[in-house]
Amino acid sequence: MTDTQYDRAPGDASALPDVEQGTSSGVLVYTIGLGLAMVLTAMSFWVANTSLLWAGGVSLGLTVLAIAQMGIHLVFFLHVTTGPDNTNNVMALAFGVLIVALVVVGSLLIMADLNDNMMPVGELMNLHMQH
Amino acid sequence: MNIAVAVDNDVSHEPRPTPSETGPAAKRIVVGYGFWIFLLSDIVMFSALFAAYAVLAHATAGGPGGVQLFNQRSVVIETCCLLASSYTCGMMSLAVSQRRYAVTYLAALITFVLGATFLALELREFAGMIAVGAGPQRSAFLSAFFTLVGCHGLHVAAGLVWLMVMMAQVAIMGLCETVERRLLCFSLFWHALDIVWVWLFTVVYLMGVLS
Repeated sequence: MTDTQYDRAPGDASALPDVEQGTSSGVLVYTIGLGLAMVLTAMSFWVANTSLLWAGGVSLGLTVLAIAQMGIHLVFFLHVTTGPDNTNNVMALAFGVLIVALVVVGSLLIMADLNDNMMPVGELMNLHMQH
Repeated sequence: MNIAVAVDNDVSHEPRPTPSETGPAAKRIVVGYGFWIFLLSDIVMFSALFAAYAVLAHATAGGPGGVQLFNQRSVVIETCCLLASSYTCGMMSLAVSQRRYAVTYLAALITFVLGATFLALELREFAGMIAVGAGPQRSAFLSAFFTLVGCHGLHVAAGLVWLMVMMAQVAIMGLCETVERRLLCFSLFWHALDIVWVWLFTVVYLMGVLS
């Protein structure tokens, strides 16, 4: 712990040893995170239930709120930062996010495309009758 | 004053050792990083379940859909439980880093109770759905729902068992370096479960009740 280290374990709140954080600042970080996460959660539930907003945009709004809350959790609870001691963690996270996006968006696109191109069930039945 | 500034400049110009000069990383960093990779692979698995659910969300086969089945009040309570338990888990890791045993036990106890409440509410919801004939065999939508939400619940249950084991280790071995590393991994796991839940309540429970 005496020498300067470039890496930090993910979730480790303690930064460089010379800027040792007291408990109060650690508690403050978690409390800010909790407050922001609660605000975003409340907003999500409100957005889903209100009739004030244009219905077409609600699911997009919910997605944005979820991404924001994920960011809050990563920064305030998991202590992911952009500092040089966190590069490895961020790179692994970026790769994970890439794979997740490929799996989810790819599946949805392909299945929506298949649904669009599939013959309606009625016509398919007619085809069976004819042959 | 001038001297102090000069010293400050000297310090800031001193080059930091490169990663190859500092030697192998501390075990805490290696273990934490390895567990981080595991968590990301776990989240990739969840993404496959999410994709399956999103594709099958409208395949109700004439059975009940999300609008009829989901009870938002219990989802709000479940979300609050999990969020609060994430917070107390953070308090626990702060107490661990300061070797405060009583606070560690107290925070772990609250985390456990909140997690158990979440699990009980979820199981009650499942039981209620199965009782009205909306079990996983009813439709593709319900199969995907039970797989996705059940998998998260299984992770929470595993986390609760892990937390109990860790508290036993704290009691027996004390807060030695090994136990501290394991607790670091536990708190990573617990926070990651909360992130999965954020997506779960958004995609399943909130988007599911939009027409």
